[in-house]
Amino acid sequence: MGNDLTLTQILVSAFALTLGAATPYLYASIGEIFSQRSGVLNLGVEGIMLMGAFVAIFFVSDKGLQAAPIVGVLAAMFVGGLMGILAAVINVTFKAEQGISGIGLTLFGLGMSSLLFKMLAEGVITAPVFPKLDIAGLSDLPIVGEIFFQQNVLVYIAFALVPISVWVLNKTTWGLQIRAVGQNPKAADAMGVNVNRVRYSTVILGATLAGAAGAALSIGLTGVFQENMTAGRGFIAVALVYFGGWSPWRVMLGALLFSAANNLQIWAQILDIRVGGTPIPSNLLGMIPYILTILVLVFTRQRHNLEPAALTKAFERGEN
Amino acid sequence: MKRKVLLIALLSLALMAFGGFASAQDGPVRVAIVMPSTITDLSWSQAIYSGLVAVQTEMGGESAMEIAYSENMFDVTAAAQALRDYAEDGYDIVIAHGTQYGTSLFELAPDYPDTSFAWGTATDTGTEAGLENIFAYEAAAEEGGYINGVMAGLMTKSNVIGVVGPVKAGDALLYINGFIQGVAASNPDATVNVTYTNSFSEVAAGTDAANAHIAAGADVLTGSSQMVVGAIQLIQDEGGYWFGTQSDQSAQWPATVVASQVYDWTAVIRDIIAQRANGVKGGVAYNLTLENGGLKFAFGDVEISPALLIAAGEAAKGIESGEIEVLTELPE
Repeated sequence: MGNDLTLTQILVSAFALTLGAATPYLYASIGEIFSQRSGVLNLGVEGIMLMGAFVAIFFVSDKGLQAAPIVGVLAAMFVGGLMGILAAVINVTFKAEQGISGIGLTLFGLGMSSLLFKMLAEGVITAPVFPKLDIAGLSDLPIVGEIFFQQNVLVYIAFALVPISVWVLNKTTWGLQIRAVGQNPKAADAMGVNVNRVRYSTVILGATLAGAAGAALSIGLTGVFQENMTAGRGFIAVALVYFGGWSPWRVMLGALLFSAANNLQIWAQILDIRVGGTPIPSNLLGMIPYILTILVLVFTRQRHNLEPAALTKAFERGEN
Repeated sequence: MKRKVLLIALLSLALMAFGGFASAQDGPVRVAIVMPSTITDLSWSQAIYSGLVAVQTEMGGESAMEIAYSENMFDVTAAAQALRDYAEDGYDIVIAHGTQYGTSLFELAPDYPDTSFAWGTATDTGTEAGLENIFAYEAAAEEGGYINGVMAGLMTKSNVIGVVGPVKAGDALLYINGFIQGVAASNPDATVNVTYTNSFSEVAAGTDAANAHIAAGADVLTGSSQMVVGAIQLIQDEGGYWFGTQSDQSAQWPATVVASQVYDWTAVIRDIIAQRANGVKGGVAYNLTLENGGLKFAFGDVEISPALLIAAGEAAKGIESGEIEVLTELPE
């Protein structure tokens, strides 16, 4: 018989896979935290991720430029950054309605990545995924090593970004400026902070990380690209920012919870877990991550909600 | 006044006659298809598009047969509009390549009685609803599933096989049910773990599922729909094997894809065109089977033992002769 795995083995591999699956969300959500903490809602994450996903695999694949994986990630971040400049021009300089302009950017990314995919890859492209990077001494630890230290480098960087972003937001001058601009742009302006410049920097950083999120999906996780392969992950990343109350730590918990629930429902199918002799319908199991997310959102009171007061509000000197 | 009315009536009659004459002229057969994914999806849509192109080549190219297609019509409302546009545009045969398009197709077919419609996978030609211009087609995917299962059962070393299923319905479900029976026939000791992503297109969900299957010990995987490309890539990286369905998936992963069940729609397309030429606009239901040659097998570069090939050949013979009965539904 095949399924003679112990519960420990199952949980260890489920949680190890959870870290990898949470990685694209982490990059995108942390980027979006920066953007939103400065007062700009960027709903274009989905489209930027798609562009990042295609550019990354095109750089790495033997159908494309055959570059080193890390070059693919950097290229995805560069393209993300370019789209970030576009988003900043639209939202900050031209003060467009942020809820609408982001959808536009998403549609642009969807269309553009599909077109490039068709033209440059003729509909099929694959690349080897980032190899697992064992960390000497840690990877061999039982359980802990298997869960945390047998991942690829993109996973380690994503989780390292969480404390780094907390530190940047809370302990650096730039972080202070971001928070000031997001809470009270008028006061920040009076104190001599260039509101638009700060917002440009955060939107571009956020988009750069969204590009990395796309790379994490295409060359970090799946090794393929397909049209619309993000399938809503960019929007889930934006939702995770609200879910985590704009705190990187809590956003990380949200990404982990969501990915873990998804992984466990796959395991429930593999192990053919039944209720009263009948198998649980797979579409019901597939809903669990979403239901769980909504439940947590409803039942946890956000005591330390860090919602920026000026979120989605364009800054006009002397008016607001 | 009266004369004017008569003149208009005559003119429109002439126009109608002329119009009738024009459409009866020996122009190319105009075929349009609306599909949920792309013509390069390595599965569902690619299978029928290659069939269309094969028939076109056979008939003598674009001058004999015109093909128009709309890809990525996962939104049924948009697909319905595209189907109507093609019918309005005077296409002779309009194909709705997806079970999900059925309701829309049945609504618009009566408005275009001169157009032939086709849809699948389905068995309902609308005859009971009084429609005469709809063809239906399906694939006995369980037959090839069984053969793939027989081979997979002999191929696995860990005795664990994973199935990356899309939505628990249609030809995917038939394929998976056949596959499970095939494994049971060739290797009763093997476990087949089945998961569904509930999506035909979400590649990353396929990767997540394949990751879990591999962690559960699977060294051979199979799956259905365009969502599986991530799963094939992953089992390639892990050094395992894949069994494909719908289209030949070995070109992209020659050392990983052992065999693919291929839907060959050419005979169906050819017959629809012939029926139409004989004045039959619909009402025929088709089924691809091993026996009628609609289901074929394609092999990659994976080295396989003669014993495995013999077992697969015997299973195919058994199914064709009716000796082996592959169930379409399995007890839960």
